[in-house]
Amino acid sequence: MRMFRRSNLPVWATLAVFVLAVTGASLRYEHFFSFDVFLNLLRDNAFLGLAAIGVTFVIVSGGIDLSVGAMIGFVGVFCATLMQAGVPGWLAIALALAIGTLFGLGMGALIAWYSLPPFLVTLAGMFLLRGLALVISMEALRIDDPLFEALGHSKWVAPGLFVAVLLLGVYLANFRPFGRAVYAVGGNEQSALLMGLPVRRVKAQVYALSGFCSSLGGVVFAFYTLSGNANSGMTLELDAIAAAVIGGTLLTGGVGHLFGTLLGVLILGTIQTVISFEGTLSSWWTRIAVGLLLLAFIGLQKLFQAGKADTP
Amino acid sequence: MDGDAARSAPELLRLRGIRKEFPGVVALDGVDFTLRAGEIHSLMGENGAGKSTLIKVLTGVHQPEAGTIELQGRRIRPRSAHDAVALGISTVYQEVNLVPYLTVAENFVLGREPLRRGRIDWREANRRAAEALERLDVCVDPASTLGSHSLAVQQMVAIARALDQNARVLVLDEPTSSLDAREVESLFGVMRRLREEGLGILFVSHFLDQVFAVSDRFTVLRNGRLVGELPAAETTRLRLVSLMLGREVDEQSLSRRPDPAPGAPPMLEVRDLGRRGAVEGVTLEVRPGETVGLAGLLGSGRTEAARLLFGADRPDRGEVRLEGRRVRIRSPRHALRLRFGFCPEDRKSAGIVPSLSVRENIALALQARRGWLRRLSPKRQRELANRFIEALGIATPDAEKAVGTLSGGNQQKVILARWLASEPRFLILDEPTRGIDVGSKAEIERLMADLRRQGLGMLFISSELEEVVRACHRVCVLRDRRQVGSLEGAGVETGEILRTIAGGGDA
Amino acid sequence: MRRSLHPTVWTLLALVLLLAANLALTPGFFHVGVRDGRLYGSLIDVLNHSSPVLLAALGMTLVIATKGVDLSVGSVVAISGAVAALMVTKGQAPLAQVAMVAIGVGLALGAWNGLLVSVLGIQPMVATLVLMVSGRGIAQLLTDGQIITFQDPGLASVAGGSVWGMPNPVMVAAAGLALVAVLARWTAFGTMVEAVGDNERAALLSGVPVRWIKLGAYLVAGVGSAVAGLIVCSFTKAADANNAGLYLELDAILAVVAGGTAMTGGRFTLLGTVVGALILQTLTTTILTKGVPVQWTLVVKAVAVLLVCLLQSEEFRAKVLARRAAA
Repeated sequence: MRMFRRSNLPVWATLAVFVLAVTGASLRYEHFFSFDVFLNLLRDNAFLGLAAIGVTFVIVSGGIDLSVGAMIGFVGVFCATLMQAGVPGWLAIALALAIGTLFGLGMGALIAWYSLPPFLVTLAGMFLLRGLALVISMEALRIDDPLFEALGHSKWVAPGLFVAVLLLGVYLANFRPFGRAVYAVGGNEQSALLMGLPVRRVKAQVYALSGFCSSLGGVVFAFYTLSGNANSGMTLELDAIAAAVIGGTLLTGGVGHLFGTLLGVLILGTIQTVISFEGTLSSWWTRIAVGLLLLAFIGLQKLFQAGKADTP
Repeated sequence: MDGDAARSAPELLRLRGIRKEFPGVVALDGVDFTLRAGEIHSLMGENGAGKSTLIKVLTGVHQPEAGTIELQGRRIRPRSAHDAVALGISTVYQEVNLVPYLTVAENFVLGREPLRRGRIDWREANRRAAEALERLDVCVDPASTLGSHSLAVQQMVAIARALDQNARVLVLDEPTSSLDAREVESLFGVMRRLREEGLGILFVSHFLDQVFAVSDRFTVLRNGRLVGELPAAETTRLRLVSLMLGREVDEQSLSRRPDPAPGAPPMLEVRDLGRRGAVEGVTLEVRPGETVGLAGLLGSGRTEAARLLFGADRPDRGEVRLEGRRVRIRSPRHALRLRFGFCPEDRKSAGIVPSLSVRENIALALQARRGWLRRLSPKRQRELANRFIEALGIATPDAEKAVGTLSGGNQQKVILARWLASEPRFLILDEPTRGIDVGSKAEIERLMADLRRQGLGMLFISSELEEVVRACHRVCVLRDRRQVGSLEGAGVETGEILRTIAGGGDA
Repeated sequence: MRRSLHPTVWTLLALVLLLAANLALTPGFFHVGVRDGRLYGSLIDVLNHSSPVLLAALGMTLVIATKGVDLSVGSVVAISGAVAALMVTKGQAPLAQVAMVAIGVGLALGAWNGLLVSVLGIQPMVATLVLMVSGRGIAQLLTDGQIITFQDPGLASVAGGSVWGMPNPVMVAAAGLALVAVLARWTAFGTMVEAVGDNERAALLSGVPVRWIKLGAYLVAGVGSAVAGLIVCSFTKAADANNAGLYLELDAILAVVAGGTAMTGGRFTLLGTVVGALILQTLTTTILTKGVPVQWTLVVKAVAVLLVCLLQSEEFRAKVLARRAAA
């Protein structure tokens, strides 16, 4: 594979951290290193992983998307309400994905054509989605649609969707001109423009893609919990960003790998699993550990960039 | 193909009467330029001459207010860089406009990737890139990251990309600035080969040796005007340098010389100061009331030397003595505490603080020296500002006007005022008269004369040799980032400076 | 070039319009009464509840003026609230001591952010993200994951008490404003902040201590957020590590930008920030008093952010102006 030929220190560091975490955990807990635990890891974190795929594309393009957590809350409430009104499950899913994609496209258009800061626009998007979700329903809504129940109880659907979208993302990133354009725009926007790439269109599309990924994440989260809650996915945008950064995506844009993001998601998941295995450790250590990892990888990126600067 | 043959070759590109204005400045004033097929044509000129504006007009970045561009007899109007590329005009800049994180092949095919069954055919892309680079004698793995290669290789990738897009005109904008001698030679080899293939190459470089080594013709610009088009074979270095630097004969000004320097001991002694890749071996002394000039072409190391003296960059060799004591200038703040001042060449990006007022800009350095706690009272700031607005003739309705809205000359005076307000004993002026109107130039010169009389030591950098001669007691000449001469007394004279800058035997 | 109006003028106009609409639509909005020696009424409410945002937004103004941003405000609020609640429940510490420690915590966290930005040269958004992510974890670690409630009269008086009839939070916010205004305008700190944000290279070459100035801005932001944390936990008489100050950084940024300080750095206006914070709270209070469900506040804020951004966008103005000229 081409991508492994590139010298990319951070991704290897991520892999090392993941292997260390899993090895450490399996030495300590007998049943940790099993296929079931791994599958559960994927299943429990599929919604985060899906959102993180979109976020990785956005960050690689040089932007940021803070609306993904709110999207998950919105999609859950939206689907639940539709289905309570008698809309069939598949239609609810299709509508949620369409709205999510369009919403992302709208934010992307504002960012691309009016040069608004991505951070502020997606922040507004986050408020808007959370607010709309709360307007639809303040209460958590139960989902008893048979399709959702069937998909939710399967232990293969969520991991399957995650892996499928991941592979699709890899294809898009590495084997389609769109993907290469995203890397070029994030790597050097001025150059991309001079090389004749449709920079604005690419930017808008990237946010649409992220909207699609996070709304799919929301759908998967609804399978998983069989409910819609306006408050779910709180601070998930931070976890998604953290997963991307830990996975080697440069926050300044231009560099990133979806496999790295996968590793990042798995590391976050492993930390959580370990903490739940370890009865005495409390859940907030997750946040602190994520923060420390983030710091370490930002430091690593800084070194990586400094190395780049020395060889112009 | 030699110069004569090139002259008979068909015209590839013809610019006529190009005019481009920016607010307050005429960047290009009726400039003509002709490029023939199969020639290397160097565009020459100092800062502000209009070279980069002309290139930007040609490559669609700027649209001219007047004038026509014809490519092979057809009128063209490039609206964007992309347009220009599609027309066959490609540009390779010094800071290569590619994406360093992507691979060589990716950069080569970006935006026009070969597709096979719905996916990018990377094998084909790599093959094409390798083939195109091989034609330029570059052997690199097309799947390696572009950023991992030297700038020379990156430029070759950019050139290969341009050729692959059917470029007929290749603009090389200062491609050699960061290359070593061997890399320059191989670049020239490629340029000559492309010339044989009938490409028209527009070349920009600050290094005279290089320009003479590779060019068929020169077009010289000064202050936005065309001052000459000459065949390289019939041009001496001295003639070229004279055209670039200009010798506006002004009897009155030529006769004016600085008052003799007082015979005081030097306050500043600089020995063999240098920094790798910036400038080497600068040696000079400045006495109170004396002005020392740094002469040389753009890119000769003038600005780099000034930055070393002001602590903006750290030297890696040589020493500086201030009043006999050795000092290591660690930062601009340190230099400020030593009572140095520095008006940078790049007024917009390193000089003015555009949205702050004239008053705040003038008070900035003095305030920085006092520290943030001991704020200058508004009253003192106003007095200071008004004093300098009057003394320097800064044209502004009042001291509260944002500096960004003033004209270039007035901005320059504000920066000068900033340093004068900090009461320096040594002042570095890097191109203080660049890009400002004639009246302001004269005023700044007069002001410098006043400062000399008040005992201020100055280091003066200017591309206008007459100014240097009128202002300086002593001149250090730099060429290709190295000090190549030191003139004083009667030796400070334009002809002598020109000869030293031009170097070589044919002067 | 036509000089555009001072951006704060627009914000002020928006506030006046909002108040005027309330005057017409909400009876008693402008009624201010006295109960138990304390002023009450919708206007007092607006002032009272805008104080945490304002305190956070003051430092944010300086940070944004240096071309930075501080995303860790909410986390700092949670940590300082947790520390304060622990001190009064575990140690019965007097209020003065609690306040000193909280301010110390704010200084330390601000210094952390400032060092990452100014010494290590990490992009501000990225640097402050670290504390944003882990800060709530630290707060939960302190509170052991519990919501710590307290009855301590000292800490409770931070929100509950009043001076000369004015609720304490308003007085604290006013004092904070005065202090930052003195720092910004009576020393040269404010001018140097503007110089750094407007043209960092020029500031550096003029001898401005760029690193220290940036560090200072983050310190002020840290202290402001920590004091806001005291007020927030005093309002609820509890320290909730999960929800205290949630999204406060966003409100603070919105207040700053709506007030007329550009995200691109340079000139800042503290007065504009005050007006921006008041607009945010007036919107919320209006929504509440009009009986509109509270969940609409988020939607309204989102639309407000987008409008403010669009008005500041040159492309947008160019397009709108072009259309107007064509018509």
